Formats: sequence, structure tokens, C-alpha cells
Amino acid sequence: MVFETVVKIIGEQLGVEDLSTVKKETSLINDLEADSLDAVEIIMAIEDEFSVEIPDDEAENFKNIGDIVAYVEKNK
Amino acid sequence: MNKLFSAGITGTGSFLPEKVLTNHDLEKIVDTSDEWITTRTGIKSRRIADDQIASSDLATKAAEAAMEDAGIHPEEVDLIIVATATPDMAFPSTACIVQKNIGAVNAAAFDIEAACTGFLYALTMGEQFIKTGFYKNILIIGAETLSKVLNWKDRNTCILFGDGAGAVILQRTEEEGMLASYLGSDGRNSDSLTLPAGGSRMPISYKTIDEGLHCIRMEGSEVFKFAVRTMGSSALKALEKCNIALEEIDFLVPHQANSRIIEAAAKRLKLPMDKVYINLDKYGNMSAASVPVALDEAVKSNAIKKGDKVVLVAFGGGLTWGSSIIKWIK
Repeated sequence: MVFETVVKIIGEQLGVEDLSTVKKETSLINDLEADSLDAVEIIMAIEDEFSVEIPDDEAENFKNIGDIVAYVEKNK
Repeated sequence: MNKLFSAGITGTGSFLPEKVLTNHDLEKIVDTSDEWITTRTGIKSRRIADDQIASSDLATKAAEAAMEDAGIHPEEVDLIIVATATPDMAFPSTACIVQKNIGAVNAAAFDIEAACTGFLYALTMGEQFIKTGFYKNILIIGAETLSKVLNWKDRNTCILFGDGAGAVILQRTEEEGMLASYLGSDGRNSDSLTLPAGGSRMPISYKTIDEGLHCIRMEGSEVFKFAVRTMGSSALKALEKCNIALEEIDFLVPHQANSRIIEAAAKRLKLPMDKVYINLDKYGNMSAASVPVALDEAVKSNAIKKGDKVVLVAFGGGLTWGSSIIKWIK
């Protein structure tokens, strides 16, 4: 569930309609060409959606969408 | 507060230094590109004051324009408040230097510092002085020469800021022009946006100069998150105080820090971008001068018309934030 919601948020923020290729291994910056501010906006939207706080130093360690999902599942 | 009188903005003015520094000019100074700056900030150019020009010089020109616009003489001004993070010197205040320059011999004068939120703090203070009947004519200025405190080797900050000044005349009026104001601060996050050296914590030394501690430092993504959230929430707080719905708002004049912040905040407020005034493409972030310069331009270009309800909103170092709901009564 968390994965699907995270992917939906990413799609909305980046304006990507076809999300079928997005997997846990997908990188926001390398694969989806998000810039650093897109990444911050996505993190903010995820924080709001799941009522979690994702500190900057945690967010910096996320390598792919799977890392975000794991963090949210652990902390929500 | 017991309100005895009404207050309203009756004149605006602004002044920008002539020298333009474009993104292409910056490409020659630091490792950056027009494309990078434009996509991440919306800024294309900024104005830079000459070496011998100080914040008070820009403030004086903006003040003279605002007084002329309001049709008042310098001797009628009761109070001058200058909001600035880049005063001419530690003391006397920039406001006293402006007082001398414009000949406002009957005024009291002081500076306030709330970084980029400074103008909203000054405007709200002025509003209280008018509404209690203490003063009738107040000159409120936001003036900055941020180019003097930038680290031109730090590509994350030096691309963002510019110099300029904006001023308003706030007067006792028949019709209410200041509908509501809201201010906030959170000192717990004071480290995310600082100019650390040159005060009593870190007096000037060879070491502070070598380490570039007299320059603006910023934790970009922390400030971005804070800015997007507080722009929306503080605008809503002020609207709530005067019982006005967001749909009734004709125009938003936000602090001009970054177009991505403004767009994200407008999205949260569900406000279309054609109701939002943007001039940061030309001037960058002018800290306390951003809102009054944008307000002056919006009024002079007829984007704001008589009877319009306008939200002014800003955020900045401190951390600080504030918003005012004004009705344009002129």
C-alpha cells in the first residue's frame, strides 16, 4: 500500500503519467530526472500523506523508491 | 487590541540600483549555469549596488518616492521604521540615517531585524501605532544590500540574492486598509539561515574573515520545506483573523525568494498563479525589500486596484514568518 501511494505522489509531483515502469529500485534523480527541489517536494508530500517526519540527513541516504517506502513503513 | 483608529497604505515607492547581474554574468564568477539557476529558482538577473552605496541610500530614494505618492511632506512623518538585515552599520540605525537624508525632523526612527520577514514585522508594528492613535503618519521601509554579505564562491547562495529598497506610507485613514496581520518565529531552527560573524558571538577577526563567516549561510532544503509550509499556513492564519475566505482574495504578494517555493505554496493555497505577483526573475531575493518592491510594482502596474483584498506574506531567517491582509483603499 505504502509503495503504491508513494508512486502516486511521485507521479503527481513530477507530472509523470505512465508509472508502470516505476519499481522499488527506481531512483528519483537518476531514473526519473527529478532535481533536488523536486525531491524535497516529494519528501514533503510523503510526510504530509503519512504524517511522518523525514529528517534531511535520512532523506539524503535514500538511493531509490524502495528506501523511501522502507523508511515510511518503519516510522509511520 | 482595542482598535481606536483605522490604518491604510496611502503611498508606495521603490528603488533598485542600476547595475544588472545576469545568470550569464554569474557563470563567469562561480561554477553554475543559467539553466540550473532558472529551473531551480526562477531568477534570471538581480540588481547590485555600487561599492560606495549603502542600504540607507536605496532606502532614501524609495522613501522619497513613497512620500510623493502619498502626498505628504517629510516634516509630517511621525515614525520611520527600517527593516533590514544589512544596515549601514551596527549603529546608528539605518532609519536615523534615512531620517537625516529626507529631513523628517519630527520623526522617531529605528530599525528592526527579522531577516526576509522584516517588512511584515515593521508593517505590523506600524499598524499598531496607528490603530492605538499614537501616530498618524508612518514611513515603513525594507532596504537591503545583500550583495555586500554574499560569499561569491558559494554557488548555493550567491546566485539567489539582490539589492533594492521598497517603502510604504501607512496613515490614519477613514476606511480600514489593514484588515489583519499575523507574525510568528521559531528560534529552534535559527541555525538554518545565518550570517554568523560580526556580532558579539563572533566578533570580526582575521579567522572569521578567512573562513567567510561574514557571509550568508543557508541550509537550502530545510529552508525550502519551512518556506513552503509557512507561506501557506501564515496566510491562512491572517485570513482567519479577519474572517475572509481565500476565494475572496484578489492578489497575493509573496516574499520573492524562489519561484518553486511560491508555486508550491500557491498550490497548497489552491490559488492560481495569475493571482500571484512575481518579480524575482528580475531582482532575485531582496530579503526585507522583496515585499514592498513587489507591492509598489503591482500597484503601479494596476495589477492591484482600489478595493482589492491583498495578502502579503513572507518568511525568513530566525526563523520568522508573517502575513498581512490589506485592502487597497487608494
